[in-house]
Amino acid sequence: MKKWMAMAAALALGVSASSAQAAGKLKACWVYVGPVGDFGYSYQHDQGRKAVEKALGDKVETAFLENVAEGPDAERAIERFAREGCKIIFTTSFGFMDPTIKVAAKYPDVKFEHATGYKKADNVGIYNARFYEGRYVMGQIAAKMSKTGTAGYIVSFPIPEVVMGINSFMLGAQSVNPDFKVKIVWVNSWYDPGKEADAAKVLLGQGADILVQHTDSTAPLQEAEKAGKLGFGQSSDMIRFAPKAQLTANTDDWDPYYIARVQAVLDGTWKPDDTWGGMKDGMVVLSPFTNMPDDVRKIAEDTVARIKSGTFHPFMGPITKQDGTTVGEAGKPLPDGELLSMNYYIKGVDDKLPQ
Amino acid sequence: MNDQVLSVILTIITASTPLLLAAIGELVVERSGVLNLGVEGMMAVGAVSGFGAALMTGNPYAGVLAALVAGALLSLLFGFLTLTMVANQVATGLALTLLGLGVSGLMGEAFVGQPGVHLERLSIPGLSGIPFIGPILFGQDFLVYLSLVIVAAVSYMLFRTRTGLVIRAVGDSHQSAHALGYSVVGVRYLCVMFGGACSGLAGGYLSLAYTPQWVENMTAGRGWIALALVVFSSWLPWRIVVGAYLFGAITVMGFSLQAYGIGIPSQLLSALPYVVTVMVLVLISRNRALMRANTPACLGQPFVPDR
Repeated sequence: MKKWMAMAAALALGVSASSAQAAGKLKACWVYVGPVGDFGYSYQHDQGRKAVEKALGDKVETAFLENVAEGPDAERAIERFAREGCKIIFTTSFGFMDPTIKVAAKYPDVKFEHATGYKKADNVGIYNARFYEGRYVMGQIAAKMSKTGTAGYIVSFPIPEVVMGINSFMLGAQSVNPDFKVKIVWVNSWYDPGKEADAAKVLLGQGADILVQHTDSTAPLQEAEKAGKLGFGQSSDMIRFAPKAQLTANTDDWDPYYIARVQAVLDGTWKPDDTWGGMKDGMVVLSPFTNMPDDVRKIAEDTVARIKSGTFHPFMGPITKQDGTTVGEAGKPLPDGELLSMNYYIKGVDDKLPQ
Repeated sequence: MNDQVLSVILTIITASTPLLLAAIGELVVERSGVLNLGVEGMMAVGAVSGFGAALMTGNPYAGVLAALVAGALLSLLFGFLTLTMVANQVATGLALTLLGLGVSGLMGEAFVGQPGVHLERLSIPGLSGIPFIGPILFGQDFLVYLSLVIVAAVSYMLFRTRTGLVIRAVGDSHQSAHALGYSVVGVRYLCVMFGGACSGLAGGYLSLAYTPQWVENMTAGRGWIALALVVFSSWLPWRIVVGAYLFGAITVMGFSLQAYGIGIPSQLLSALPYVVTVMVLVLISRNRALMRANTPACLGQPFVPDR
């Protein structure tokens, strides 16, 4: 028994030594909050990692950790990568923000990139996608397609990213039907298919006939399909799960960004940037519009074109908050800083924002 | 309004059934004196096996069978390590959870992103169509009924039959049971396998009825809730039904209140199922003497026959 263990240990050492020897390659590493098989958010990031491998070939070596919980576990995971010789580490969830900053301070030679947060450092860049652009279009489609005039919205945590999404969706919906209603359920998890399905059933039972989600599994959309109602995919195209229910999906395409950033490290030109890409940059992509009549598709395509060309911004000032006060200057979009710290609902959302 | 109440009740039943299945299995395991913390892992393996078998055969019932068998097989590994090799039960159980989650991810790689086979709901002409009561009593999938039948059978078996007496004797005093000539290890093996089969079924329920799909970690901690339910129900079968349904009901009603826009903080609502379930079960178990009588005295203790 002892002998076997010694052999196993020797083998393990041998393996790690050989991977250290391959250090001629640049090691790029990813930390995901969910499983790569979630077919949603983490899956899309992993597609980006694979794109890097494909594009840069032998010059890079990649690694990833999945299912990393936000909090102390994240710090351990990130630090492990930093110690193992990763030269650039992408941490892909909002809750990884503080752990990333902490570890980055200890490893000044390693480059870090944190998605969807707002804290930067000399070796920490941030990146995010303007998901809200897609959500505005979804709001327009929902208001056109809903018979009950009510959407059900399943959400994870009350962070600016998510609140911004709800507001953008409602602005889009109100542009079509000023009296459009939304029912909101917070499931307090990014990923729990069972809970997401429960929330979906409850919302459908209360008269919502279109489901929107800001959680990562395909369960809500499947419930919509089962009930003969409609919904939107999240993060990746979920049409396979709901061929009759999915109207479109708000997907993220990280491939070009990841390739560019890893290339920058290879070239020695990497700087801690602040990237917030949208439809124009190809970072936010709406999957094909399905299960809707042509006139609705026309409106959606038109809005997408206007957002891409820069002639339209979903958060065009002034925006009226739930309490009646307004923000933003007339005729100008809200500044990015205002969007990224959004902690209020707009007028017309009948819900109290959890604080 | 009636429709809304009905949809909430139906949602509660689906949310509670996996907890009930896993917990009733673990109850029997613990009654025999074994603590298997691997419920979450066995559920995950049950979920992926059930999903895979149903997908390949096109038959959801084949999936249910596969889930059951897979859970039992994995528990057999636990049994071998803790009963035959006398390894530490807590450590082995934790390892089983990690192993189960990992193995299920590996097994399920090909199934990710595949729409699953759905376990259909019962439809009895005449009965299932009765307004309100019909869908609740006669419109569930068969695992819902099976879970309640298992509870009734376990309750009867534990307290009304000789077999139950032997199981409880093994759990309360393995040395005495051994001295009387009962095979402690043999009884425990069977109980562990029963627990594994139930956990597997619970997993199968997730991937075949609750959310018919396979995704990694889809158990999302339900195995741990089941484990807690066993303790808080003071190892009494019918209390597990109370606990599981209470937990499911409060979770779902929390969502329902949110959707009505009542304005109770959602964080409080998500904590409520845990708080209320623990409180209620502690209240009904406040009889100390009864509590002590029902706690398996040898729980978690390894058994090595002295001769």
